[in-house]
Amino acid sequence: MINSSLKQLAAQLAAKKISSRELTQSYLSRIETLNPDLNAFITVDAEKSLMQADAADKLLAAGLGGVLTGIPIAQKDIFCAQGWRTTCGSKMLGNFIAPYDANVIERFNVAGAVNLGKTNMDEFAMGSSNETSHFGKVKNPWDKLAVPGGSSGGSAAAVAARMAPAATGTDTGGSIRQPAALTGITGIKPTYGVVSRYGMIAFASSLDQGGPMAKSAEDCALLLNTMAGFDNRDSTSLDRPVEDYARDLAQPLNGLKIGLPKEYFAEGLAPDVAQTIEAAITEYKKLGAQVVEISLPNTQLSIPVYYVLAPAEASSNLARYDGVRYGYRAPEYKDLTDMYKKTRAQGFGAEVKRRILIGTYVLSAGYYDAYYLKAQKLRRLIAQDFTDAFKLCDVIMGPTTPTTAFNLGEKSDDPVSMYLSDIYTIAVNLAGLPGMSIPVGFGANGRPVGLQIIGNYFGEAKMLNVAHQYQLATDWHQRMPIL
Amino acid sequence: MQWEVVIGLEVHAQLSTQSKIFSGAATAYGAAPNTQACAVDLALPGVLPVMNKGATERAIKFGLAVGAKINRTSVFARKNYFYPDLPKGYQISQFELPIVEGGSITIQVGDVEKTIRITRAHLEEDAGKSLHEDFHGMTGIDLNRASTPLLEIVSEPDLRGSAEAVAYAKTLHSLVQYLDICDGNMQEGSFRCDANVSVRPLGTDKLGTRCEIKNLNSFRFLERAVEYEVVRQIEIIEAGGKIAQETRLYDSDKDETRSMRSKEEAFDYRYFPDPDLLPMKISEAMIEEIQKTLPELPQAKRGRFMREFGLSSYDANVLTASKAMAAYFEQVVNQAGAANAKSAANWVMGDLAGALKRDNLEIAHSPVSADRLAGLVKRIADNTISSKIAKEVFEAMWQGEGDADAIIEAKGLKQITDTGAIEKIIDGIIAANPDQLAQYRSGKDKLFSFFIGQAMKATQGKANPQQLNDLLKQKLAG
Repeated sequence: MINSSLKQLAAQLAAKKISSRELTQSYLSRIETLNPDLNAFITVDAEKSLMQADAADKLLAAGLGGVLTGIPIAQKDIFCAQGWRTTCGSKMLGNFIAPYDANVIERFNVAGAVNLGKTNMDEFAMGSSNETSHFGKVKNPWDKLAVPGGSSGGSAAAVAARMAPAATGTDTGGSIRQPAALTGITGIKPTYGVVSRYGMIAFASSLDQGGPMAKSAEDCALLLNTMAGFDNRDSTSLDRPVEDYARDLAQPLNGLKIGLPKEYFAEGLAPDVAQTIEAAITEYKKLGAQVVEISLPNTQLSIPVYYVLAPAEASSNLARYDGVRYGYRAPEYKDLTDMYKKTRAQGFGAEVKRRILIGTYVLSAGYYDAYYLKAQKLRRLIAQDFTDAFKLCDVIMGPTTPTTAFNLGEKSDDPVSMYLSDIYTIAVNLAGLPGMSIPVGFGANGRPVGLQIIGNYFGEAKMLNVAHQYQLATDWHQRMPIL
Repeated sequence: MQWEVVIGLEVHAQLSTQSKIFSGAATAYGAAPNTQACAVDLALPGVLPVMNKGATERAIKFGLAVGAKINRTSVFARKNYFYPDLPKGYQISQFELPIVEGGSITIQVGDVEKTIRITRAHLEEDAGKSLHEDFHGMTGIDLNRASTPLLEIVSEPDLRGSAEAVAYAKTLHSLVQYLDICDGNMQEGSFRCDANVSVRPLGTDKLGTRCEIKNLNSFRFLERAVEYEVVRQIEIIEAGGKIAQETRLYDSDKDETRSMRSKEEAFDYRYFPDPDLLPMKISEAMIEEIQKTLPELPQAKRGRFMREFGLSSYDANVLTASKAMAAYFEQVVNQAGAANAKSAANWVMGDLAGALKRDNLEIAHSPVSADRLAGLVKRIADNTISSKIAKEVFEAMWQGEGDADAIIEAKGLKQITDTGAIEKIIDGIIAANPDQLAQYRSGKDKLFSFFIGQAMKATQGKANPQQLNDLLKQKLAG
């Protein structure tokens, strides 16, 4: 059962072969067994989850269930869920009980899904290894010496270890795709504006986008059907007709034009990852796709541009954590300024502070033009690269990450080397494009390799089709770590 | 040396929307602390701002009224600073691309009209309130006001002294109420200003170093603060000193301005476009719609009052200073007839305004309605009562004793216009005062008023003054 697809689980629930309570309980038991070691969840609340499961069972009994009714889903601890502790991986929000639901949570609630618990993450989604979490590092289920990636590392590990049938993530510079790649699962970051950011704790508002993480593209399509949609409480949410993201899954790939950016296969890409990606491309050719070489000439600029813009927005977004109204407040202080300083010095971890400092610096008088404004201009150039490329191809493919999962602790003292691990994913956020990662094999060290698929704006259904057809022909997505 | 005072004003007008600029919470004044602050106002993790269309419309209305350019694309920016009553750690405002740019308003100081240029007007949210009393050394925070919509209206440094500054502020205050975009309530902080003040030798062009005086919430404080500041600056310069650019606070108890923070201590607000709000696009259709809703503006009304009713510039100015007073006056004229406009104007600006002031009432709550005042004006015009008796009737109307006709009737105040009756009374008085008559006839003209007084006394003031005057003159002449 733990390897069942969402469709299979839904069928079992609908046929009353299993109740949502039983299903939820079985995942809670697996969490109880595996989580102490893997640390994928920050908060598990069996009572709350089972209450939701019971409500779902009533809906199912009345024949009112939808495709996700009764299915437990792990929620990244960045989504506010009413009554649930919502920490964003930070000591700053260690005691914060959300008094309202994020739009994404609301949508899952309406669908009758069960909140299985809140997953671990890099603090305020700032990190690529899940090591910056105040609640401890997460281990990669494939190799406990390895990181699961980040920032949605808890969600990725939970799905990879089959502690949850599916999970949510958020992606600001690769935070869904990179951990999906590193843990051998499937994840999609939609076009910016497709999933509401309301109630999703902000890191870098112009880049943040929520999305599903699951075992397969088909599961991701079903989840995205629930998560996506216009929300008038988010001004950047796009008011578009409702889509069925699963509508094109069955389409054959004959004549599909795959663009391979030469910059993604250049220096810095590990040979074992390169080989695995090439094998996947070969598989796509067998499925009828054609390959064209393309160029994204400004790829190298994406990391410096990102590390100006994202921290700039973050420095402002995180100003609200001041100890005045909620969250952590330093126990002792002598005046207001001292309270601010101590609260923020004690409440934030090193990576968050580093980014707040960078962001404050690049927005300061005298530096704004040279950094922030320049980066905004380059951001447009990076987006233009993709616009040009999509004149030549339907989707873009390449490695999600330059290497397989690195070891825990390996890069924690070298932020720049950590930042470089997001070289293939960051540009997609800067351009606002949809991107996904699917498992396509294993590297020399037995750790998973992810293939990144980048679509044009609103090309989610096409990407999911491209991913699904591959998953029909291969079984990488069904491989499970031995735990 | 002769000095020229240079002032620019930044006025914060609270826009009269029902809900806040970026959230659905109510804006009503006076609720219990923190009962009108929702998740967005509290800046809970994950919340997002959504622009209130009503605030945008009001800003556009203002821009159209002052002949400004309405930017078809304007941008919200974050102004970053830490303060306990600023929940997000930044204020959402507009910086590089405000919604309104340019335009001007005309002010009148004495008999002189002057055009004051407006630099810009931008939308922003208000902060909450810090309460320092009653918290035993701690500070209370009330976020009811947080995210209340404001239009910050910035003038060019075109004002040359406290009188012009006050005239400008008053004109603007009247305009925003005419436009129905701000309730203008200064006690509640709905209309407040910051003054940038500098001085320079008369005849020179270069601006002196300015000081900004914050949060002046009455016209009198504005006047006093500017006057104090001008004297302070001139004294410093004449003593060989230099003005330090700084932000100052006006202390109304001590009637002085004090330094709040120097230029060096000024915050670096690190403005940048707010990524939570897309650039605001304004369509031609929206502007056209709003254009249609523009009421007659004070200046146009002033001109019309002078033209249609033959009022002086001064009278027209006073009567159009507030929309409510202008509407009241027009209603009186409508009822009493345009021929009586001057009399109506005198009554509105004189006895009515005086009584309102005495009883501390707004014209909207006047116990004497426009229709009733018109009734009084008519009775003066048709000689039913004299102006003097009219004052008594007005006071009775004010006390709620009915309309003018009823009061005249009940109190028997109808003017005596019957020549025969008046003659009879005069004859009686002359007969009773032979000495005075003799003295008058021997050249003591002053005694005329004695006879008038006697006649008025005898008629309880009801004799038509003109008739009485004429007849008495005839009779005394013998």
